[in-house]
Formats: sequence, structure tokens, C-alpha cells
Amino acid sequence: MVPFAGYSMPLSYGEVGAVASHHHVRNSVGLFDVGHMVQSIFRGATATAFLEWLTPSSLSALEPYSSTLSVILNEKGGIIDDTVVTKHAEDAFYVVTNAGRRERDLAWFRAKVEEWNASERAQVGKVQLEVLEGWGLLALQGPEAAQYLQALTSFDLRALTFGKSAFVPLEGFNLHVARGGYTGEDGFEISIPPSETVEVAKMLSKIPVQLTGLGARDSLRLEAGMCLYGNDLDEDTSPVEAGLAWVIGKDRRENGEFIGAEGVRKHLKEGPPRRRVGMFVEGAPARQGAKIFTPNSVEQLGIVTSGIPSPTLGKNIAMGYVKSGWHKKGTELEVDVRNKRRKATLTPMPFVKTRYWRGE
Amino acid sequence: MVPARVPISRPAASAFRTAHRPTAYGGAKYSLFVRTVVTKRYTKDHEVVAFDDSTMKGTVHITNYAQSSLGDVVFVELPTEGTKVAQGDQIGAVESVKAASDIYAPVSGVIDEVNSKLADQPSLLNKSPEDQGWLCRIKLTDAAEIGKLMDEKAYKTHCES
Repeated sequence: MVPFAGYSMPLSYGEVGAVASHHHVRNSVGLFDVGHMVQSIFRGATATAFLEWLTPSSLSALEPYSSTLSVILNEKGGIIDDTVVTKHAEDAFYVVTNAGRRERDLAWFRAKVEEWNASERAQVGKVQLEVLEGWGLLALQGPEAAQYLQALTSFDLRALTFGKSAFVPLEGFNLHVARGGYTGEDGFEISIPPSETVEVAKMLSKIPVQLTGLGARDSLRLEAGMCLYGNDLDEDTSPVEAGLAWVIGKDRRENGEFIGAEGVRKHLKEGPPRRRVGMFVEGAPARQGAKIFTPNSVEQLGIVTSGIPSPTLGKNIAMGYVKSGWHKKGTELEVDVRNKRRKATLTPMPFVKTRYWRGE
Repeated sequence: MVPARVPISRPAASAFRTAHRPTAYGGAKYSLFVRTVVTKRYTKDHEVVAFDDSTMKGTVHITNYAQSSLGDVVFVELPTEGTKVAQGDQIGAVESVKAASDIYAPVSGVIDEVNSKLADQPSLLNKSPEDQGWLCRIKLTDAAEIGKLMDEKAYKTHCES
């Protein structure tokens, strides 16, 4: 057990090591308790416009019961948090944010809701924020996740493609199920009212499902090339630097009025000063904080933000930031690990091919 | 606490015969051989040194407790043979998927030998932490350093605290 965002959480469960657990998710199905994450609902006639101010995403164009990865930006265009926003209707959104950013996010949400509701923009209707305190969130992930969940419901899960969500009847419960996750595998994130969390967790943890801890969660997300807030993203990093420019709606790049737009637009037009890249590292794994250099030189190009020996690939993978111009795939660089230079070769992410369900 | 005393200089075949000798002859069995005393001592960083007083060499391992908390070891960085080290110097690292864990010199001396098998088989640290998965041997400059490390009982208490 380790402390994590104010919770005590397991790195692994029982005798199953983090690596075995990792492989089980890639080959079968694992269950993650991610109830520490913050689930919120934004309601109100102007909820779409409000969230298009809070994020650079095209939420008016999003279909109901569809989700998108997004970012919450500060005034400079730095990332306060990354988030998944699900639209239920023009006036109702379900938003999941990081536990480690709980206080910062909620204070920001509340301040911005207040500012919005006091402004002319809220004339046709105010926005309300409800934080789903005590709600559970379970992520069922892996190539056998759909088969397992399908046995518990009459709902045809083939229709629920990646990025979609629905209220699904599951053995007498009626739960919000979103197809997606943080592993690169097919899977579901299931939101559960406080009184039902234990029963649903029991229902979702029978053979072949294995409970999966934070250790495997980190190695799986890194192989999938996904960012961990605090490691790979922070308030001094713009979504353009982070390789997340795709979350900015096409219709919003030129003149979308969102918080931080000026900084983001500058990076979009002039190019960002540095970029997030993926790399393979020879010999010792490079971890967070390892410095990146040009070969045989003292010129530092950047820093590693996450790195592990990849259980799936059997080689060392890392992501980090390098100066623009040095970010092209195939570029050979050096990383300092315990005062020894190790060869690093830039490679596109994800490191392990994602296997989302996009329909037949 | 009496340190574990393991006679290691006997060939294995002799050990086999000795073990099966009727107890009536047992009293004399050790007198046939040169005895060396190997003392195992532990550090708070979960390393163990098996010190052989006849050669003044200490074989460095990580403890079983250390390997089980690290999980699957995928890479071991070892010092170069001939390097002079002082007690507490960082001399290498053990990498698992979870974390990098530094190896510190438990005693002062010169790196006499490193376990080259670990380059291809880092998993020996998990399979056989206190035997096949040894890290390096240090030729000690001061045998008294051994006496100041923890014995098995003290180490167990350290792990539980």
C-alpha cells in the first residue's frame, strides 16, 4: 500500500506482482479501483458554452453520450489538469479529473462557475457543479473485458464503441459505463453510486478478472503513450508542447474563446519551444528527471518525465520533453542515468499498439 | 545471536559423505578439513555481506526482503572490478519495473569480482537473491566494519519496524 492523493492505495494485490498483473491486463482482463478520481456533473442551459470556455474542446459538436480527452488550462495556456469530458446533453456533462489535482481543480471550477454565472454569458441559464462525492469508479480493462461484461447485461456492448457511454443495466444495477480507459486496451469505466460500490466491485472481480494495482496502471498507461499529470503534464506545459493539440477543436483554433487561448494560439502558430516525445533507451531504464543530451555533448535538450522497462516489449521506454527541432522520430540522443550516458532513440507513441473497440 | 557458521571450503562430494556418516564418527568430521568462517551481516539498505575471513572477501547480495519488495528485476548496474570503494558509496543499481534502487558498498575495500551472469540474467536476483544472484565481491580493507553491521536478528527487527 502506498499513499496516493490522500488515499492509501495498493501498488499490487496479494501475491500477484505488478508485471504479472500488467500481462494479465494485456492478455485477459483486470479491474482497477479508480474511485479516488474526481467525478463531477455540470448542468445548466449554458453548460456547453461554459465548458467550451473552461477547455479548448469542441463540445457543441460532440454527440450526446460521447466523451473526449480534454485539458483544463490556466490563463497562460498551461495545463491545470487533463480530463475526460462526457456529454450527456447540451445542458449536462460528466467530467472526470485527477485525484492529485482535486483541490486545485475544484477551487478553479467553483471560481469559474461563479464568474460565469455573474456574467452576461449566463443570462439564458446558470451553470451548476455537482461533485459526486463518495461515488465509486471501476475500470475493467483488457481484451476479455467486453466478454466478461456482456455476460452481465442484455445491453449489446458491440454498439458501445470507444469513446461512447451509456447507462447499462448490470445484474439489477443501472450504471454509467464509458468505453475507454487508461491502458490502451479495450475496456470500460463504470461509475457507481456510493451504496452500490462494494457489490458491483464483487460482481466485476470474478475469474478471469484480476484486481490490478497502481504499479501495473502506470506501466500500462506509459506503454500506451498516455500522460500522467504531475509527471508528464504541469501548469507550465501547454497542450501543444504536450502533443495534445488534437484535443483543441478545429473550429476553435483560430478564434475559440477559451481560457488560455492566447498562449495556446502562440504555440500553434509559432510552434512550441519543446515537445513531448517517446524514446527507447538502451541499457539502464531512464526514469523521471533523467537529463536528455545531444550525443557526445553537454548540450542539454530536455528531461525524461516518465520511464520504465516495458513489460510488454522487454525494452526500456520513456517519455519526456526535448527542444523543438530534436523531436523527429529516429533522432538519436543520449540520456544520463546515474552519470552514465545511455543511447536513446526517439520513437512514435503509443509504444504498444492500442486495441480499442471501434466497431465491426 | 550466533552468526551463521557455514563451512564452504569442502568439496560437495565430501559434504555428501560427511552428512551420511554415522553419528558415532561425527565428532571428528570437521577436523579433517580446513575451516573457514563465513559471517553474514546486513545493512539498513537491505543488503547482505557474506564475509569470508580466510580471504578477507565479502560477497554482496540484496536480501530476500529487498527482492520481494522490488519485484521483477530487469537490469543490474554493477561497479567495475578494481574500483576502490568506501562504505556507503553508491556502487550500482538494481532496476525493476517499479523503481530503481541504488546499491551501496556495505563495507570499504576494492571491488574484486562482479557477477557477470547478471547482465543476461537479472532475474537471478529474484530467483536466488542470497546465492546465485550475488552482486559483487569486495576485498575488505577493514574487517572490523563487518562487526558493526546488523546480524540476522537485528535485520529482521529492522524489516519489521
